Amino acid sequence: MIPVLQRDLALAVKGGGGFGLGLAFFLIIVVLVPFGVGPQSELLSRIAPGILWVGALLSCLLSLDRIFQLDFEDGSLDLLATSPLPLETLALAKAAAHWLTTGLPLTLAAPILGLLLSLPTSAVFWLVLTLAIGTPALSLIGAFGAALTVGLKRGGLLLSILVLPLYIPTLIFGAEVVRRGADGLATATPLLFLGGITAGALAILPFATAAAVRINLR
Amino acid sequence: MGISVSNLACERGSTRILEGVDFDVPDGQALILRGPNGAGKTTLLRCLAGLTPPAGGTLTHDTDDVAYAAHADGLKAQLTAGENLRFWARVYGSGDIAPAADAFRLHDLVDRPAQYLSAGQKRRLALARLTLTNRPIWCLDEPTVSLDAQNVGRFADAVRAHMAGGGVALIATHIDLGLDTARVLDISQFTASADGTEHDPFLDEALS
Amino acid sequence: MSIWKYANPKKFMETSGWLLPYVTVSAVVCLCVGLVWGFFFTPDDFRQGSTVKIIYLHVPSALMAINAWLMMLVASLVWLVRRHHVSALAAKAAAPVGVTMTLIALATGAIWGEPLWGTYWAWDPRLTSFLILFLFYLGYMALWEAIEDPDTAADLTSVLCLVGSVFALLSRYAVNFWNQGLHQGASLSLDKEKNVADVFYHPLLVSIAGFVLLFLALVLLRTRTEIRARRLKALLRREQTA
Repeated sequence: MIPVLQRDLALAVKGGGGFGLGLAFFLIIVVLVPFGVGPQSELLSRIAPGILWVGALLSCLLSLDRIFQLDFEDGSLDLLATSPLPLETLALAKAAAHWLTTGLPLTLAAPILGLLLSLPTSAVFWLVLTLAIGTPALSLIGAFGAALTVGLKRGGLLLSILVLPLYIPTLIFGAEVVRRGADGLATATPLLFLGGITAGALAILPFATAAAVRINLR
Repeated sequence: MGISVSNLACERGSTRILEGVDFDVPDGQALILRGPNGAGKTTLLRCLAGLTPPAGGTLTHDTDDVAYAAHADGLKAQLTAGENLRFWARVYGSGDIAPAADAFRLHDLVDRPAQYLSAGQKRRLALARLTLTNRPIWCLDEPTVSLDAQNVGRFADAVRAHMAGGGVALIATHIDLGLDTARVLDISQFTASADGTEHDPFLDEALS
Repeated sequence: MSIWKYANPKKFMETSGWLLPYVTVSAVVCLCVGLVWGFFFTPDDFRQGSTVKIIYLHVPSALMAINAWLMMLVASLVWLVRRHHVSALAAKAAAPVGVTMTLIALATGAIWGEPLWGTYWAWDPRLTSFLILFLFYLGYMALWEAIEDPDTAADLTSVLCLVGSVFALLSRYAVNFWNQGLHQGASLSLDKEKNVADVFYHPLLVSIAGFVLLFLALVLLRTRTEIRARRLKALLRREQTA
């Protein structure tokens, strides 16, 4: 698993494009929202948790199709599938690499973008915490969607349609924690649900992802 | 060990391409697969490598013993030749990449990004990966594409060394590799009868 | 005698061809009886007036929207485990019927909601869950459309259906958590002492039976169409390669 993870990270850094693009997209979404809804900071502050979570989710989506597509096109996916590495481990490594290059930077950048939306200071901690817990699930689900569409020439749009409904529970619990945190309410229940989704996705989805890759390579 | 295939049937998509494939390759032997384009060489090799499940018949070997090399080189353009090789060495848990790079005269190229290699150099890099796998069965799909005569010779040497170590090689190729002991198998004799569709459950006349 | 016999396309075509007219006729009869009885021969509700009568469309379609997905889930599992082509095609055939049922449930819900809650749409957990279910249906059908090879498409959509079911269920509870909602409790439930009053209950049962039969008829018909489409494809390929 480690070699694949390191290779994908190296490729993400060298390949330009992928790395940082999601972050830039996140920034643009956050900048666009005040133009759409108006500059009143009370309003922005109220919707900030939702905007930041939806923005993070869409930014995650942006780089999903690269997870398996590049390896499929240059033939390395065939070679990896015949290597000693189980496809389940490969799926996990790919999701981990995607999270490290997308989810983690988004999590770290979120507090700064929160400033732009007048996110209450009491919510900043909860925003970072939920993104840190929730974005791994987004990467795992995304890798599953990417595996389903890996054989398709123009799978990008289809990938979004497949993956976004699967993101709904993560989004609901993630944003709920931040909203409650901002209002000083109890956050334990949604936070545990969010963690549960990530843990469940970690346990189950690599198998589904590997199955989908196997089917597509047949 | 070796490789033994009996009455194997292979499908591509949902179409049967090959059936009744029978052959034995004992340890230390090579088998050259020949056949016109579309005869099913790639389909057969992918099946032997475990990428496509067989539609019928038996394979005796463990597909985890197969090192597969496809048409595509599977190289990452942004990484150097050495990084590409080292990646596969780590995946296969083999140590030093120097012998593999030596066998295909790649040592001058190890620090060059793969995107600046010529087609033949890329091919050599892809073939060098095989010697890192330490796997006894090589399934090679047109391995000599874009290689010049000298490098075809180096590739043949690598295959000979592999066979001398008790390895088996199945090679789909149209050129003469100079492997004297290798048997040649024309797979067009195994082309699925008629059109390869009679196994389709939807061609039953009663469905009309 | 085993149920797997019907997994053979030929046997399925024979049996379904014989069955289809009966199912269609009973669906039409049940729907006519249930809806006419419900619309014209039941009293108006003392609070909701005649708007309550949309229940005879709303409840059965909502039920079938969920049951269609469950049927797809079972058919997908059967395909993955036993690799019966009819099963995969039945799952494919059920999806557009299921999505239509979902749309009917959403539309009738909106029409019912207007006089009752004063708005066509509220982010009520039940309505939201159906909207999410609709999205899942869309993704499932889009994946079927996108993949050329029928067996690959069957495999991938089956995997999606399994994973999707888990997440759809998860969304249902997440949505409940997210908003407590305006929707009344379930109209029908097995563990409740008293459901809706008997005068409404009996015609409702008849329309539910009608919707179940309608679903069955449509799925049989569409599966037969899918089988013929597959046959056509296979014949064309034989022509091309011969």
